[in-house]
Amino acid sequence: MTPSTISLTVTAEDRRIAVMASAAVGLAVAEAAIPLPIPGIKPGLANIVTLLVLYRYGWRAAAWVVGLRIVASALLLGTFLTPTFAMSLAGGLASLAVLAMLVRLPRRWFGPVGLSIVAALAHMTAQLLLVDLWLMPGVSLAGILPFFLTVAWVTGLVNGLVTARLMEYAETRTTLAEPAA
Amino acid sequence: MRAVAAVSAYLRPGDALILALTLVLIGTLWANRGTRGDGVVVRRGGEVFLATDLRLNRLISVPGPLGNTLVEIHAGQVRILSDPSPRQLCVRQGWLAPGDNAICLPNRVSVERGHSGHDSINY
Repeated sequence: MTPSTISLTVTAEDRRIAVMASAAVGLAVAEAAIPLPIPGIKPGLANIVTLLVLYRYGWRAAAWVVGLRIVASALLLGTFLTPTFAMSLAGGLASLAVLAMLVRLPRRWFGPVGLSIVAALAHMTAQLLLVDLWLMPGVSLAGILPFFLTVAWVTGLVNGLVTARLMEYAETRTTLAEPAA
Repeated sequence: MRAVAAVSAYLRPGDALILALTLVLIGTLWANRGTRGDGVVVRRGGEVFLATDLRLNRLISVPGPLGNTLVEIHAGQVRILSDPSPRQLCVRQGWLAPGDNAICLPNRVSVERGHSGHDSINY
């Protein structure tokens, strides 16, 4: 038997993604502890991390962070491969698709608040679509859509404002979210 | 109004536009809530005579063994307007609530307001 060595080369980008993903997982798990009466309603604080990564490191890194956050937080919360996981995945993919388009818009005109709101609405719409098509077919989507989209609008606005504030802060302190390599 | 000033400091022109457009979109959805996906099923002798929704105002004449039963759809509601049956029970029910149904006997006509497909309970 020859001893084999498996070595993984870790790039600086890997480290950055790992740090940001763990921050997102932390937020996702923490907000799961908040008792909320209606399933599907939550602040979605992890999306602040997504937006920060999108602006700082680009869409590819943001997609990695979202994917890692969805899988890792589902494993931690015990919802992996359950309908909750499917909804989370559908929402994540939808918001990433929307963000891929919106991030190309001129920065002078569109900032994190606008992106956050549209991404939140896409996230919620995809989840409700999944509920409508797969989980509970026949539920009247028109009846519940306005309520859930209103909630998504508010959480999207708040998360966008937090992101904008953090980005402003990061301009003055370049050490924010910079991993110690 | 200091909160508004603090919020708008982080808004770029396009963001304000997105904010306004999405608000209008959500407002429109609120206004149209319940008018879509609300179905009406008219049955004659147990067979579906007509499956429609509440969006269009109309009078539907359903021929039964005793004569015509008139079903009225108006302003997102449905009722039996007239029926040749002697007791007039279905006519007296008036406008149907979502999920309700009215059965006109012995003219063998029934009207159901609600989903014609699955719902979360019987699914």
